[in-house]
Amino acid sequence: MTDVAHQHGPRRIVSEVQVLRRRRRERIFVIFGLASTLIGLLVLLALLGNLVIDGVARLDWNFLTNFPSRRAAQAGILSAWVGSLLVILVTACIGAPLGVGAGIYLEEYSARNWLTNIIEVNVANLAAVPSIVYGLLALGLFVYGFGTGRSIFTAGLTLALLILPIVIVATREAIRSVPQTIREAALAIGATKGQVTKDHVLPAALPGVLTGVIIGLSRALGETAPLITIGALTFIAFLPAPPITSEFPFVSFEWLFDGFTVLPIQAFNWISRPGRDFHANAAAAGLVLLIMTLALNSIAIVLRYRLRKRLQW
Amino acid sequence: MKFLTGSAVCAVALAFCAANAHAQTKTIAIDGSSTVFPVSEALAEEFQKSKRGRIRVTVGISGTGGGFKKFCRGEIDMSNASRPILKEEIEACRRAGIEFFELPLAYDALTVAVSPKNTFLDCITVDELKRIWEPGAQGKVTTWNQVNAKWPNRKLTLYGAGSDSGTFDYFTEAVTGKAKASRGDYTASEDDNVLVQGIENDPNALGYIPYAYYAPHAKQMKALGVDDGKGKGCVKPSLEAVTAGTYNPLARPLFFYVSKKSAAKPEVKEYVEFAMKQSIPLIREVKYLPLPEVAYKTALEDFSKGRVGTVFGGVPEVGLSIEELMKREKRG
Repeated sequence: MTDVAHQHGPRRIVSEVQVLRRRRRERIFVIFGLASTLIGLLVLLALLGNLVIDGVARLDWNFLTNFPSRRAAQAGILSAWVGSLLVILVTACIGAPLGVGAGIYLEEYSARNWLTNIIEVNVANLAAVPSIVYGLLALGLFVYGFGTGRSIFTAGLTLALLILPIVIVATREAIRSVPQTIREAALAIGATKGQVTKDHVLPAALPGVLTGVIIGLSRALGETAPLITIGALTFIAFLPAPPITSEFPFVSFEWLFDGFTVLPIQAFNWISRPGRDFHANAAAAGLVLLIMTLALNSIAIVLRYRLRKRLQW
Repeated sequence: MKFLTGSAVCAVALAFCAANAHAQTKTIAIDGSSTVFPVSEALAEEFQKSKRGRIRVTVGISGTGGGFKKFCRGEIDMSNASRPILKEEIEACRRAGIEFFELPLAYDALTVAVSPKNTFLDCITVDELKRIWEPGAQGKVTTWNQVNAKWPNRKLTLYGAGSDSGTFDYFTEAVTGKAKASRGDYTASEDDNVLVQGIENDPNALGYIPYAYYAPHAKQMKALGVDDGKGKGCVKPSLEAVTAGTYNPLARPLFFYVSKKSAAKPEVKEYVEFAMKQSIPLIREVKYLPLPEVAYKTALEDFSKGRVGTVFGGVPEVGLSIEELMKREKRG
């Protein structure tokens, strides 16, 4: 015993030095990690600050209710934000059911075979396809193939395709996190697979699913390239047809086939023009876009929080 | 679950209305060059105002080539172009059975300027401009005598348009032969006042700005004559030189093309008439150079008499005066 203790004595001293060294290394890593986090945040803050300084003076009611104009001081973003909103609405109506449906199928129903594997690999790959490719696809398929025109409908379809992989992946993650015991319990008392999915799995997965859908929508909101490809306009001084009419059947879907522009395109057009006034407009349009995105994200957070609280097992 | 049902209802509604035909409001669709866009935007804005919203005008930016593609597919009524229509495009239009009117709209011109304190320079050749501005000159050509041995051994300070602007695209294309090919070590600004002040106070400065930005500051800067090396010698930028087509290659006419089928629609006809009659103050306002009044008159006459086609043979030409253009017989 003494022999061993004797042997271990000096080694313990060495290991204390090692511990100190390891602690120091850990501190360095923590500082590095903190710096990384702060750099990201600072860059975002700087960007935001820059936008606010340049654009906040232009942000008023007129800016939101005026159409674009050759005079920077009178130009507004009415057609742009309405366009953005309508396109996102169509995107949500098409992208959400398709994405969620595909996610449910892949997670709950599909058999583990080569076909499913191929589908899975492809969905993962689709998420990495550059958005301009979706634009080209949409130009060929929707605009020329189906003849949907250079319209809000086409734009919504295109962006729905774009966010599909995001929604599918998020849905699958959410469904996978529902405990297997819940399914088994429901099946044990005689529920069908459909009932299990509808009454137990989906409600439990809903917070995650919604988060995925809304993150997808925020991404779609900022897209420019595919919309330019399918022929979004730049100067448009009127709004799409109103959805409610005075004649039977009182609802109109004409707006779906109207031309449109969106906020990022309007901002891009302004930033590429000479003169500081137009640049201020671009910054203000950027701010509005940012506010819309943040609003969408906060809706996601609130929904998730509320739905989670409702869950009781 | 409510969410899913809601989405499903929404999707069904969408599918339903996709089948619904959509009624047409009178809309004039314009697309094409980003250079022509500011003029087009101003015209569209004023035209819609004068019609109190009964006629709608939309303007897109797909570039001159992209605009012609849509134009020759019959998707748009008018195409904005910063160059005449090319052979392939004429051919594409012909195959689709689309005849067109070619209307000159305005001039786009650039001025190469130095400080009034610069005493050794009055004229510069396109070749010298190229040696100064080509991408390879970055960090290498830094003194005046490196460009031309007769010039003093003084630092060369450069001013120019920011890389987002049409001015930049146009200057680089005219001078270095390739759009957007430029050195990067110069003071770039979209704000003409920054450029004017920079050039004014620095005897070693050289910069390029749109002619319309130069004109109000003519006393603070010295505009250089430009020699395109084709025997015309040095030409100073002026409204006369630009309209006469001798200020090359830094001036070019801008056009818009109207399809004959669309021109039969009263709203398009009205728009063309509006553009040919009312555009001069609007063009000045957006800082381009208007054509002489007679050019608009002739163009409108050709339009109302149904003279279709282009005065160019589908080959890009430089140095054509507007009078020459008007005299030419239309083809295509």
